[in-house]
Amino acid sequence: MEYILNPWPWYISGPLIALVMALLLYFGKTFGMSSNLRTMCSIMGAGKTANFFKFNWKEQTWNLIVVLGAIIGGFIATQYLSNDSITNLNPATITELQSMGFENSGTTLVPNEMYGIEALTSPKGLLLLVLGGLLVGFGTRYAGGCTSGHAITGLSSLQKPSLIAVIGFFIGGLIMTNFILPLIF
Amino acid sequence: MKYFKFLLVGIFFGIVLVKSEAVSWYRIYEMFRFQSFHMYGIIGTAIASGVLFLQISKKGIIKSIKGADIFVPKKENGFSRYIIGGIIFGFGWALIGACPGPMYILLGTGIYSMIIVIAAAIIGTYIYGAIKDKLPH
Repeated sequence: MEYILNPWPWYISGPLIALVMALLLYFGKTFGMSSNLRTMCSIMGAGKTANFFKFNWKEQTWNLIVVLGAIIGGFIATQYLSNDSITNLNPATITELQSMGFENSGTTLVPNEMYGIEALTSPKGLLLLVLGGLLVGFGTRYAGGCTSGHAITGLSSLQKPSLIAVIGFFIGGLIMTNFILPLIF
Repeated sequence: MKYFKFLLVGIFFGIVLVKSEAVSWYRIYEMFRFQSFHMYGIIGTAIASGVLFLQISKKGIIKSIKGADIFVPKKENGFSRYIIGGIIFGFGWALIGACPGPMYILLGTGIYSMIIVIAAAIIGTYIYGAIKDKLPH
C-alpha cells in the first residue's frame, strides 16, 4: 500500500500515461484534452458567431466524460490514495522559489501565492490566472493540440507537426519560467 | 453505459497525473529550469511506451474494440501554427503550471480557483476560433 500512497516514480507514471492513450485508441478515439475547450465553446453557442465552432459537439461527448472522470480521479487520488509526503523538489528549486516569495514549495500541488484566496482577491493574482488561461486556451487551439494531443499522441505516432509544436511548447515555457516569472514575482 | 468506459479512463488518467505529480506547478517550474529529471522521465517514458504500442499495433497484432486497425489521425502539415501556437501555449503552461488535462484534475483535487483558469481557457479558445482566418497557419 505504501507504494500506492507515496508519489509514483517517473518510470511507472510515463508508461501509465501511454496506457491512457492506448486505451482511448483501442476504443476508437484519440487522446486530446484541449479539444474539450472547443466543444464547450460550441455548447455555449459559439457556433452562432464563429464557424470554427459549428460542428456536432455531441460526437465529442465521450471526451467530456473523460474530463468528468479526470475531475473524479483527481479527487480520489488526493482523498484516498495519498499520504502526507510532499513533492521531492530539488533543494535549489526551493531556495530559488523562496527568494521569489514562494513559501512552503512542494507541500501543495500549486502555490498558494497564485491560487490561494489572497492571490484571488488581488488584481495581480487574478490577472495572472486569467492571462494564463487565455494563453493556454488560445495557444493549444492555434497549435491544434496540447501536451496530450501533440507531446504524447503526436510524438508517439512520429508526426512532424507535433514535434514542431512540442519545440514551441518548450520555447514558450523556457522563456516564461526563466525570464518572465522572475519579473512577475 | 456506452460512456462508462470513458469515465473509467478519465478517473485513471486523473489518478495517474496526481500520483506522478505531473499536475504540480512546482514540477513544471523545475522542468523548465532543468533542475529535475522527473518530468523529462515521465514524458520520455510515455512517448517511448506510446511508440512501442503504435509500432506493435501497426503490425496488426492489436486491433480496436471494433476489430478495426488502431488509427491515429494525421496532423495537417504546416509550420507557423505549430511553432507560434506552441510558444503561446508554452507561456501559459509555465505560468499557471497546468495544461488542459491537469486543469480539470486540479479542480478535482480541491483547487477551486482553477475554475477561473478553465473559464479563461474557454475564452482563449473562442478568441482563436473568432480570428483564426486572420492568423498565419
